[in-house]
Order: sequence, then C-alpha cells, then structure tokens
Amino acid sequence: MSKVFAKSIWVYHFAASPCNNCDIEILDTLTPKFDAERFGVKLVGSIRHADCMLITGALNSKVLPRLKRILKQAPEPFFVIAIGTCALDLGVFRGSYNVVGPVDKHIKVDVYVPGCPPKPEAMLAGVVKLKEKVLAGEKKKGVKKL
Amino acid sequence: MSKEKKKVTEIPIGPYHPLQEEPEFFRLQVEGEKVVGLEIELGYNHRGIEKLSESKSFDQILFLVERICGICSTSHPFAYVNAVEDLAGFKIPEKAKYIRTIVGEMERIHSHLLWLGLAGHFLGYNTVWMWSWKYREPLLEICEKVFGNRQHYAMMKIGGVRRDIDISKGNLIKKGMEDLLPKLDMLQKAVEDDPVIRARLKIAGTLPKKEAREYCVVGPTARASGINIDIRKDDPYAAYDLVNWDVSLRKEGDVYAKTMVRLEEMRQSAKIIKQCVDKLSGLKGDIDIDIKEIPEGEGIGRHEAPRGEVFHYVKSHGGSVPYRHKVKAPSYANVLSDEFAVIGGTIPDAALTLAAVDPCYCCTERMQATDEKGRKYSPKELIKLSQEKTEEIRKKQAK
Ligand code: SF4
Repeated sequence: MSKVFAKSIWVYHFAASPCNNCDIEILDTLTPKFDAERFGVKLVGSIRHADCMLITGALNSKVLPRLKRILKQAPEPFFVIAIGTCALDLGVFRGSYNVVGPVDKHIKVDVYVPGCPPKPEAMLAGVVKLKEKVLAGEKKKGVKKL
Repeated sequence: MSKEKKKVTEIPIGPYHPLQEEPEFFRLQVEGEKVVGLEIELGYNHRGIEKLSESKSFDQILFLVERICGICSTSHPFAYVNAVEDLAGFKIPEKAKYIRTIVGEMERIHSHLLWLGLAGHFLGYNTVWMWSWKYREPLLEICEKVFGNRQHYAMMKIGGVRRDIDISKGNLIKKGMEDLLPKLDMLQKAVEDDPVIRARLKIAGTLPKKEAREYCVVGPTARASGINIDIRKDDPYAAYDLVNWDVSLRKEGDVYAKTMVRLEEMRQSAKIIKQCVDKLSGLKGDIDIDIKEIPEGEGIGRHEAPRGEVFHYVKSHGGSVPYRHKVKAPSYANVLSDEFAVIGGTIPDAALTLAAVDPCYCCTERMQATDEKGRKYSPKELIKLSQEKTEEIRKKQAK
C-alpha cells in the first residue's frame, strides 16, 4: 500500500490567509520547469480526492472554522505539509489581532517547508521527504482532533 | 406563480473552491444559465496589517507591506517609500530612481504573465497557462540573480534602494527582455488567432466606460475600458518621467481588451527597463541617502502596480513608529466592478470575468465591519453608522 501510495501523492492546496506568494510558488512547482507531476504529484480541486494537504499562511480567525470543516472531509490516510514561514511560525504576522496560527497549534503537520516563500526546489524536497516517510511505513495517526 | 417571484438559484463559489487560488466567497444568483446577481464576501485573508504596522519601526514596515501581497510584492513597498519620502521631504539619488523603476517594471511583466496563464486556465486552455508560466520562469531567475530573491526582493528602502545593479547585471536584464519579446508575440498570436478564445473573451465581462468610471476602477481594468489613467504618467515618480513610453489603451472593456492591454503593457515595460539599464550604466554615485530620523507629519505615496494604483498614507508623530498607516490596494476598486460585469453573462463566463480584473484578495482585505455576533454590516448600514458617529462627535464638540 505505502509503495503505491508514495508514487502518486495527490495534493490539495489550502490557503489559510497567506500573502499569496507561497501559493504562486506551489503552482510554479507544477509548471514545466519544475514539473512536480513527474513525482506523481497532482493538484486536485477537492480535499476528498487528496492524500495530502499543502497549507500556507498564518491562519486567521475566519479561516480556522473552515479549516476544521474541510479536514473532516479528508480521507484516511492523510498528510499535511505546512509551507512557508507564516504557516510554520507566523513570520511577520506574529502579534496580529486576527491571526490564530501557527498551523501546528491546531492540526498535526507531517512535513515543514520553511522559507518566505520557499523555492520550488524546497517544496519538491518537502514532497520527497513525505514520500520517504510513507515508504518508511510511518503510520498516520490521523489529524489531531480539533 | 407571479412573474416577480421568478425562481432565483444561488450558487455559492468558495470560500475554498477548486476554481480559486485564494479564499473568497461569491454568491452567484442565477436564473437558468443567466447570472442575475453577485454578492462578494471577503475577509479570509485579513491579517491586520495596518494595525501591525503601527507597532513596527519605519524600516521594519517595508518587510511587512511587502508581504501584503506576494504577486506584486514590490508595489506596496514602492508606494510606502513614496509616502514616507513625501512625509519627510527626502530626495533620492538618480541611480535609485532608475533601479526602483527597473524593479517595478520587472514585476509588472511577471505579474501580467501570471495573469495571462491563469486566464488561460480559467478558459480551460491549460496550454496557455503552462506556456506563459514557462516564460515567466527566466524572469524570476533574473530577479533572483539581480535582486536576491524570486519574489519578495526587498529592494526598496526609505531614501533609496538596497542593492545596486552593475553593468553585468544590467546586461543580464537586457538580455532577458530581448528573449521575452518574441515570446510575447507568440502568446499574443495564440490569443488573437484562436477563434474560440477570441469569441469567448469578446463576449465575457464587458465593463463600459461609464460604469468603469462609476465603480472607480483603476489600472489595466480601467485602461481596457477607455479611461486613460496611469499614475506613472499622471503623477510621475521614480524615473517614469525620464524615460520614453506609452500608456496602452483600449475602448471595448471586455476580457479581450483587458488581455490586449496587459500584453501591450508588458512590451512597454520591456522598453522602460531597457532604457533604464542604459541610463544606469552611465551613472555614478550612491544608491541611497543617509537617514537619521523621520520627522513629524503626514505623507501619501502612490505607485502604479500591475493591477492599478496602490495608495499608502503614513502619519508620524515623530519617533520610530508611525502613528497611522493606511493602505488602499487596486483590487479594492476593481473587484467591486465584477458586480456589474458578470450580470447578464453565463455561469462559465462569470468565472472568467471574476478573474479578468486580476483580483488580489490578499491586497484587498483591509477591514470588514461586523457586529458582536459576527454579522456583516451592509454598505447602507455602514453609512448610517458613520453618520450617527459624526452626529455624536458634532454634539460633543458643540457642548
Ligand atoms: S511565508 Fe512568506 S511568502 Fe509565504 S505566505 Fe507567508 S509571507 Fe507570503
């Protein structure tokens, strides 16, 4: 199972109040130069079809309930990759009245990709890391209960 | 059933929808296939930047405003430095002017290419998406080599710029521009010659000049409707009055016109950049001035971002942090014009129309007023609230 799984990780992109740049770089990773699809990574429109969620941004109070709701629809096993400094530790938005992140305060994160924005190469490295984790047979305990 | 009670179906788009890159919520009201109304709800990207900025020093704010928006990541710092320099009356060196212009225009090109790609994607024509993003990549590489990062370059600085562009880097930029032009021609042909794309773009999302004025749209959205506004020409800053270029203008107001305006703008940007690099190579001197303190006062700064006019207002009471910092982004005006442009079109065209103004919700979301229960105020209620408050203040002052 894990071998097959690692060969076709379908990702769903969730923008939790980012500055957009990480999101653009995620799309960039899919375009001809970096071509993430050669690793079997495919961007899908709904979390119900996905194996993994790429989450960017500082997570504000309006997005949090939506994030919880969307995560309930995720199939098992499900992985989360947090992308960008915002998602990791809020970056410049630390201290804002509307920001409730960082992301791993609320959900379990499997792979962290730092950078503001991380380069597409770094994102690919993140995906590869996830593949390694899956291949090593790491059991997913499910997303942290919200 | 009486005629007035015609069934209106509501289609929710968002906040997390396969169609969108950013979270935003549209309520599309349709009768059959025809769109009859649109409601926009925002706030999924609000990060309280104006408030945060009051707790950061003038230099730190540059990095904060840069992160308002990732696509046009130099336009907010550009407007902000303009505002602070207006406040303090600083004059920046000639060299910094040219470098700033180069950064601004490089960004315009890669942002427009990005839009073109997304427009292709919304049309269901992913080849255009892949192509234009492929041609965007060399530009980002140049940005990385010359400015230090693919995006978020942090080139702006109050009183100048952070990094110099020497001759070898200048040549790199120039070569990049020359490589780009034939590709722009190709992309233009792809849009112009394809009868399906043409037909699709021509009928979607028309915004006539009168309505464009009423909605106060800015940037390429306005210029595609025949309104000749461009801050770079109307109120020149940096080196825009020292180089030769034209404003690209169209009359039709449909998505096709918006595409053509943006394609033409990219060519003009390449022209500006080449001239700036040439002039820069003959210049000597500093790239910034020494700044000891920011005096008391207020100032405004504007910049023509890829999406239109960015406006920053900074008020200082002396000291190291501003007293008030106000940001107005171009999409704020442009997004609202969708309310008019989608009506009468079909549902698939609505998606394209919404994308055609090149909306950037990260820029737009400055504030939203809600009551204690989290209910949004309507515009009318907001006006009423504001009038009541004014009345209150008036009474207080009269006492
Ligand atoms: S990490 Fe940086 S680039 Fe990414 S969303 Fe946050 S501010 Fe933007």
